[in-house]
Amino acid sequence: MSGMLLEIENLHTHFLTRAGVVQAVNGVSFTLARGEILGLVGESGSGKTVTGFSILGLIDPPGRIVEGSVRLDGLELTSLDQEGLRQVRGKRISMVFQDPMMTLNPVLSIGEQMLLAVRAHERITRRAGLERAAAVLTRVGIPEAATRLSAYPHQFSGGMRQRVAIAIALLHRPEVIIADEPTTALDVSIQAQILHEVRELARESGTALIWISHDLATVSSLADRLIVMYAGRVVEQGPVAEVLSDPRHPYTDGLLASLPANARPGEVLRQIPGNTPSLLDLPEGCAFAPRCARASTICATAPQLTHSGPRSWRCHHPLGAGA
Amino acid sequence: MSECFLRLERVSKRFEPRLSLGDRIAARLGATVETRSVHAVDEVSLAVARGETLGLVGESGCGKSTLGRIAAGIIAPSQGEVTLDGEPVMSEGRKRSTRIQMVFQDPFASLDPRMRVGEIIAEGPLYHGLVPAVGARSYVARWMERVGLHAEQAERFPHQFSGGQRQRIAVARALAMQPDVLVCDEPVASLDVSIQAQIINLFLELRRDLAITCIFISHDLSVVRHLADRIAVMYLGRIVEIGPRDVLYEQPEHPYARALLDSVPRLVTRTGTRVEFRTIAGEIPSPLEPPAGCRFNPRCPFASADCRIRPPGLMARHVGGGEVACYHPLGEDGQPLRECVG
Amino acid sequence: MSGFMEQLRAFWVEFRESGIAVAALFVIALILVLALLAPVIAPQDPYDLTGLSLRDARRPPGHVGSAGYMHLLGTDAQGRDLFSAILYGLRISIQMGLAAGLAALLLGASVGLAAAYFGGRFETFAMRIVDLQLSFPAILLALILVALLGQGKAQLIAALVAAQYAYFARTAYGAAKAERRKDYIEAAVATPLSDKRILFRHLLPNCMPPLIVVATVQIANSIALEATLSFLGLGLPVTEPSLGMLISNGFQYMMSGRYWISVYPGVALIILIVAINLVGDQIRDQFNPRLRR
Repeated sequence: MSGMLLEIENLHTHFLTRAGVVQAVNGVSFTLARGEILGLVGESGSGKTVTGFSILGLIDPPGRIVEGSVRLDGLELTSLDQEGLRQVRGKRISMVFQDPMMTLNPVLSIGEQMLLAVRAHERITRRAGLERAAAVLTRVGIPEAATRLSAYPHQFSGGMRQRVAIAIALLHRPEVIIADEPTTALDVSIQAQILHEVRELARESGTALIWISHDLATVSSLADRLIVMYAGRVVEQGPVAEVLSDPRHPYTDGLLASLPANARPGEVLRQIPGNTPSLLDLPEGCAFAPRCARASTICATAPQLTHSGPRSWRCHHPLGAGA
Repeated sequence: MSECFLRLERVSKRFEPRLSLGDRIAARLGATVETRSVHAVDEVSLAVARGETLGLVGESGCGKSTLGRIAAGIIAPSQGEVTLDGEPVMSEGRKRSTRIQMVFQDPFASLDPRMRVGEIIAEGPLYHGLVPAVGARSYVARWMERVGLHAEQAERFPHQFSGGQRQRIAVARALAMQPDVLVCDEPVASLDVSIQAQIINLFLELRRDLAITCIFISHDLSVVRHLADRIAVMYLGRIVEIGPRDVLYEQPEHPYARALLDSVPRLVTRTGTRVEFRTIAGEIPSPLEPPAGCRFNPRCPFASADCRIRPPGLMARHVGGGEVACYHPLGEDGQPLRECVG
Repeated sequence: MSGFMEQLRAFWVEFRESGIAVAALFVIALILVLALLAPVIAPQDPYDLTGLSLRDARRPPGHVGSAGYMHLLGTDAQGRDLFSAILYGLRISIQMGLAAGLAALLLGASVGLAAAYFGGRFETFAMRIVDLQLSFPAILLALILVALLGQGKAQLIAALVAAQYAYFARTAYGAAKAERRKDYIEAAVATPLSDKRILFRHLLPNCMPPLIVVATVQIANSIALEATLSFLGLGLPVTEPSLGMLISNGFQYMMSGRYWISVYPGVALIILIVAINLVGDQIRDQFNPRLRR
């Protein structure tokens, strides 16, 4: 375990709302190796985004990390104060959001805000900072980067804005980038360009990547390892191709069967019945049990994580060879 | 003839910039004011046969949603006409026909938050006298059960339902008008994968049981492939290729259609597969200044001088039927069938 | 109606959390009850001129007058019991404020909704006029109108409505413009339903929250505006003194130490307006999705 770059252990992030306690993340543990690309998939309400935000301490009240630890190279992030977190954010771990305008300031030129981002962690001359900015923009595939530094975010298309956001995330050569649905809002042809560039950049610079998405196909073509989340818990984890070709958890299996790409055109899809549970009152045992065809009485107790080689899953009745 | 059940006849939609008083004065005084109009849809003709599902795909800004709204009679075309069974869908700028209904993308926006589900479904049929007031309750119950909801949920408000259930309500509302044609604009795009499958199955079931004619708009090529009989690919306001589903997916002849299909990420389930992301060079141009000639020419690796001058019309595809608007249609190997000249 | 009652109950549960707003609501209720029951509570009918005696004029609070009861808040220059006059004055102020506020809501909302829904020339024309009016002080407009129309309740209400409908029109227009783009309106167009039905069954109910917020503020403003006009002598006839006129009547005695004639009606006016605004603030906060948890 000691060689791991990022270790997340038993993370619980809850939101204390008027209606009750929303258990968005409920005991999530995983590790990330240097240079690894980790796909974090799940549907809305699975806790994948909140997990990503929790790592960087970006949870605002009424949300709170109530339990667990996040260690970056042994440094405990959950106990850091704002200043301590500021030193880490953007420098050692940076974030790319679904909406690039979460990162970009609409009233500053691209060059100005990249300069601010550089100077947040380094003392550097204006000239050197701008040169660095232009170099990084070139790396993410923006043509004529030097002249485009004076442009404002609204002068860029959605795809270009996301590239700029990625460039800002890359400025300090962070050890980890957390990307939350970065291509969801983009068209497929632009998505393909960005996926291509992100993978190359991660390989070149040895940056580890946590790629949060609901799209199994995108993650499968990018990630080394896959984590499937459901109702605030990790239900299955392992090397991406293994998990997708031979899933252990019925939920992973159901997701794959739901994809029209996996069926013959016009064929009735094998759907998962019902809806995702409310995070306000999760069932006592396995949260997927009410929708699961394999569920039995034992599923009323929460299943523990079963390990087998590089894979693990949380199910009383796993599918496939491990059963 | 069944071929011409729903017809779009050279329809165009231009969005003219609305000039404010200040802008008009400024323009008079010689200032440069943005007066270019956006051709969201540019002379598109389409025919959908009775009982057929036509898939409409393309990236954002290609005009597929506008075209769908023109077909549904929500937007009046700037030019051209939409007819259903020979009768115009709109007259004097207003929709007259109830035989064509629409299902929208976002089920959180498409249902009036202040009305009960029962009222939402019954409103149109009552207004148009499709059902007498005394029979409304059982009529609503019938349609709710048809789309997989419980009749007793009619008393609830939309916010008490999940996204998938809301989309079922929206489908029930459209079906309760007893339409011949359903226009669906990205009806599963905002739903989770597992819920998406439920709604796709619902559409498959309805198509089988009600023999409904459908225009299915989506950016998700796998969803369209699953549901449509025939598929049209749009780029910047024009149809670039149209043809039977399997033919179009397996051997697209338009360079854009091919590139679009290639750029969809596929599920990788074999260890050690290294995926090549095939991309389209450049970006979609602004619809304010569409390129002359073929609109795809600046991004097309096979563009010739012809392509930059004269826009190609739709002509018969080489194999499998359908039409393609390209001077250099591609063969199976992805290379142009004809020599590029110039 | 149970759905509406449910929403109302949920609204009340959240409203209850703000102590200040609940207190303000209580004050408004108290004032309403006092104003409504004025004929019962008030020791004197201030409109009955025969019941007034100049011997009791300008007496300080606590003075026991010729009629044999104590003047809690003193008397004015005509010998009116100020407590009674304030109760009756509140009655008139609230009446005028509500009537003008609601009439302005009706007119303004209609203009705003129609402009947003139909668009085109009507939109340009109507909203240009509204903008023009918003750039012009409401008080000035009301003054001019009262001067033109003459005195009287109906005339005053007309002036107040004309001066204030623009705020409602702006609000309704903004809200309707945003709602108009939503899919449920397009769905109604696709059905197709008539314009009238779309406007009144779909658009209007969904534009109500911001209109209710503006309505509370504008009722308070109407009351203040009416008081101002009356203070300037352009309001209601002298025989029916509103709070503004009471303040005005006592104004000349302020410097001679007989503060109560002006100050107590003024305090009543301030309490009423502040209370309405506090309730309005809370309603606005509850309707604002950005402040919601």
